[in-house]
Amino acid sequence: MYDNMQIALDVSAVTKQFVKAKGLRWPWKRKNDDGRKPVVAIDNVSFTVRRGEVFGILGPNGSGKSTLVRCIATLLLPDQGEIVVFGHNVMQEEMAVKRLINRVSVEASFFKKLTPMENLLYGARLYGMEAQDSRKQILAILDRLGLKKEDVYRPMEEMSRGMQQKVAIARAFLTQPILLLLDEPTTGLDPRSKREVQAFVEELRDRHDATILLTTHDMQEADSLCNRVAILDEGRIVALDTPAGLKAQVGRSNGHEVTLEDVFMELTGKQLHREEEAA
Amino acid sequence: MAQLIREIRASYAFVERNFNLVRRYWGWELVWLAYSIASTLSITYIGAGMEAITGVQVDSNYLILYLLIGTMVWRFLAIVFDNISEMIAWERWEDTIEYTFMAPITRFTQMMGQTVFAVIYSLIFTAVILGVVALFFHLDLRNANLVGAAAMLLVGSLSFIGLGIVASVLPLLFPERGAQMTNVIQAVFLLISGVYYPIEVLPAWMQPLARLSPATFVLEGMRATILNGAPTASLWPYMWPLLVAGIVAVPIGLWVFRLGERYAKRTGKLKRNG
Ligand SMILES: Nc1ncnc2c1ncn2[C@@H]1O[C@H](COP(=O)(O)OP(=O)(O)OP(=O)(O)O)[C@@H](O)[C@H]1O
Ligand SMILES: [Mg+2]
Repeated sequence: MYDNMQIALDVSAVTKQFVKAKGLRWPWKRKNDDGRKPVVAIDNVSFTVRRGEVFGILGPNGSGKSTLVRCIATLLLPDQGEIVVFGHNVMQEEMAVKRLINRVSVEASFFKKLTPMENLLYGARLYGMEAQDSRKQILAILDRLGLKKEDVYRPMEEMSRGMQQKVAIARAFLTQPILLLLDEPTTGLDPRSKREVQAFVEELRDRHDATILLTTHDMQEADSLCNRVAILDEGRIVALDTPAGLKAQVGRSNGHEVTLEDVFMELTGKQLHREEEAA
Repeated sequence: MAQLIREIRASYAFVERNFNLVRRYWGWELVWLAYSIASTLSITYIGAGMEAITGVQVDSNYLILYLLIGTMVWRFLAIVFDNISEMIAWERWEDTIEYTFMAPITRFTQMMGQTVFAVIYSLIFTAVILGVVALFFHLDLRNANLVGAAAMLLVGSLSFIGLGIVASVLPLLFPERGAQMTNVIQAVFLLISGVYYPIEVLPAWMQPLARLSPATFVLEGMRATILNGAPTASLWPYMWPLLVAGIVAVPIGLWVFRLGERYAKRTGKLKRNG
């Protein structure tokens, strides 16, 4: 199914913390009070993704999924650890990495008044693509994703979230990344749009030699799309296996077949218990 | 060579994108143009009214032209500065900043694109204002060396490009208030550069500051060419400080920007939700 030999992404011992200011304070008054509290978003995370694999990351809100994706996408600098994308270190060879990747985030992030065509053409030019060619490709991809021709020339702000998300996926796909970072690409989509996006991801995996890192809150989606899944909780990986392997780990089927949702509940429940104890 | 073509294409992405944005926000452009024309006119009328204010005979035509050069040069430089310094704030507002920063382009390429747009846009914008203002006043330009004036303006914009790049980093460092801070920078330059008065009227301690502002040299050069018809060859004393300032300011701007970008990526200031 996938080429086991080549490593697409190697994340080793990555840690990232943020210092959060609690409200506004004069800089010289900030010292030694609790005004600034570090939040460990990613805590010593390591894993590798092989070429052609779809690698899923699950985890509760605030567990660090987007932070990890941003570290890989060169948008955040890790405090510790290394990230290597197809042999290129994210920190030392930023430009080489940028050429190989693209990303889809939860929010579509477009120039609202510009049309999908204008937005995507801007994206294509940034990646050094030739305009005439790009226009044809943009039309083809948007058509493949089910966007009507007249919508291609309408401002983004007049579109539904689902349509915007499809344009976002087109933007990422247009530059032919060999590592595609999908951060909750289907969140907030109706069941049909969700299916369409998932089918496109499958097509990318099977026909376009793309390696995909996917975060999602949809357990079924993870189960059906991902070759392997890591579960992140409070910035740490608490489990990493194939969906079947994870289910076997929990292996406690009281009446029904174990689902990834059971695994998720089992492995990320600590916080809940702790809060209950404290109360 | 292939690399160069890629970079030029990438620069052009910003020019095209910005002109598309101008087209889509045309209502706002119109409001801004009306505001600029009104404010230019009201300043220029001070020149026309000077005789009535003081009761002393003055060369109104000279004064009008003097003030007009001030407002127009300032407008031009301010628009160049604004367009560059607001590039980050703008992308933050549109929420596209992560995608622009993730693209495989150098900051130099990005700044080039923004700069080309800023200068073309500013030239068109100020030309329109000048056209309208010319309907209100009788401007005597027989003496003027317009070629020299244009050269002064272009050389002068170089250093404002550098300043704009430095200022553009503020919204990266201070997501909430950074954009407003660039207004403070502008206000200080407006005060010290002798836009509406010769810098000799400023307090003694401020005058050395005036010499640090590139706008001072642009204004002096422009007044020499337009009011007194100074030949282009005689503009060197105004030109060389501007060239030096520009050659220094642009790399410093890029360097400061790099530091700001690293800081933003370290502390998570580029963007936080999602
Ligand atoms: N730029 C930032 N500045 C400060 N804190 C941040 C920043 N980005 C993330 N955090 C914090 O880091 C932690 C992890 O956030 P992250 O967005 O990575 O979680 P997530 O797993 O993507 O959550 P969700 O499922 O809600 O998208 C949270 O506590 C968050 O508040
Ligand atoms: Mg997230």
